[in-house]
Amino acid sequence: MIPQPSLKTLPDQRALVLSLVALVVALFIASLVVGPAGIPPGRGLLALFTGQGGAEVLVMREIRLPRAILGLAIGASLGLAGAAMQGFLRNPLAEPGLIGTSAAAALGAVLAIHTGIYASFALALPLMALAGAGLSVGVILMLAGPRGNALSLILAGIAVSSLAGALTSLVLNLAPNPYAASEIVFWMMGSLADRSLLHVALALPFLALGAALIATTGRGLDALTLGEDAAASLGINLTRLRLKLVLGTAALVGASVAVAGAVGFVGLIAPHLMRRAVGARPSRLLPASALTGAAILLAADIATRVIAPERDLKLGVLTALVGAPFFLHLVRRMAREV
Amino acid sequence: MLLTLDTLTVRRGLCPVVERVSLTVAPGECVGLIGPNGAGKTSLLRGALGLLPASGHSSLAAMTPGARARAAAWLPQAREIAWGISVAHLVRLGRTPHLGRGLDDDGAVTHALSRMGLENFRDRAATQLSGGEQARALIARALAQEAPLLLADEPIAGLDPAAQIATMRVFARLAEEGGAVIASLHDLGLAARHCTRLIVLSAGRLVADGPPREVLTPSLLAEVFDIRAYLSDTPDGLVFQPLDTLHHHGGFS
Repeated sequence: MIPQPSLKTLPDQRALVLSLVALVVALFIASLVVGPAGIPPGRGLLALFTGQGGAEVLVMREIRLPRAILGLAIGASLGLAGAAMQGFLRNPLAEPGLIGTSAAAALGAVLAIHTGIYASFALALPLMALAGAGLSVGVILMLAGPRGNALSLILAGIAVSSLAGALTSLVLNLAPNPYAASEIVFWMMGSLADRSLLHVALALPFLALGAALIATTGRGLDALTLGEDAAASLGINLTRLRLKLVLGTAALVGASVAVAGAVGFVGLIAPHLMRRAVGARPSRLLPASALTGAAILLAADIATRVIAPERDLKLGVLTALVGAPFFLHLVRRMAREV
Repeated sequence: MLLTLDTLTVRRGLCPVVERVSLTVAPGECVGLIGPNGAGKTSLLRGALGLLPASGHSSLAAMTPGARARAAAWLPQAREIAWGISVAHLVRLGRTPHLGRGLDDDGAVTHALSRMGLENFRDRAATQLSGGEQARALIARALAQEAPLLLADEPIAGLDPAAQIATMRVFARLAEEGGAVIASLHDLGLAARHCTRLIVLSAGRLVADGPPREVLTPSLLAEVFDIRAYLSDTPDGLVFQPLDTLHHHGGFS
């Protein structure tokens, strides 16, 4: 038997989720039909589904489809991870990169570029990024201890982030030539351009695993509203909750960074946008924030193609440009409410 | 017995903050846990629940977390409400250990809200309430858990006099209905009037345990609390009023 939320809010919640799903579907289709190749939308979609139409099939299936899938999946992952992290740390300023996974994954990717091995084997970059993410999880859990509280997790995350950031700077510093350095810098700006279905196949299992882990944390996150002591007294196993959260977030964020680079602000903004609509309940925020994250990233990725199609505007640059002022607006609104 | 402690000892580092405390609590008891600041009241309650590592035996700490959550509700001293969820949803968090068991969760929430006089606050954001209202909502959360035993750490601190008395009445009522309450209290007057039994902690040791009239002796008040007080049976019940500290400067020393 599934616990029933208060009857009063049930239809609202269902309507909210359904309208978010409709938005994401619309943006997904828009992402498929917008691009520099200038294929008419109807013919493009027909080519995608029927496989009739030569070059158009190639563009739709090999270029736009992976890009749209990754936009949806990574946006949803960042939104979900952000909501889970904020709920666990009971802090609206927490973001998924807080535990150091994104910095460590970026370091792995940067090493792959630096050593040049990704030139001979394209998947070396995402694989090394995933290895970096995995390594950071081990370090985090070791530093924070098996029973550590939220604060020790934050501090361990800061330590790992700083170290990974410093090592990334070192790699840049030692770059063999300016070309390698600029390639690293451009990669770190984050993008969904030129990703293949191989990238999709590599990232999706990790994203699915992470989402499955986070999906089971709703009840624990709700109970944490009352603080760690009260949550434990309500029968929540905090050690297991923390493990699920760290592993789930690392899988979501690690795989996202591995295929798309660093895309900031989505994990921070998406939960904020939805918090009031779900009555601030952490468990309800998880699906709403995931859908919102997907919508934001799909929209941002479409925008990079529409605003400056010939300049290869980077996705991470755009999300930060739009996200930072929006975040300031949120902070101001919060300050006024206090 | 709803709680059995046998030589429970809680250490912070090497220093024992609760030392060899043994006691039992039966249905029908409304227990006031009293003692000066730092006597170990919170550590005793958290140790008994298994939230702090302890040696010796506690019947609650020996249970699985889920079973313990159905056997005892815990109201921590820190009144945390992290998000602006509605009061009804906040109180509903007390149903966490029961979810999916086919019980009347909505009924339990409504009953707890009405016990704490919060019916009109159902849909208000919990973070927008006053401090005292938040405290009452959190007590309602613990009541909604409907565990036979309620452990509450300074539940009435910061409440207005009417809310303090009403809360102590709710606790006494829970005991009359066959449950039991252990509440750490600093207001000895309310403890004397509403509790069936007082347990006195001093420097981590249990130094007195019995009905309020027998526990609150002048010598105990002097030794443990360093005060003298007026205590009298009146037609309105037991009246206790602290009068003065005993050391000469009359301040902190």
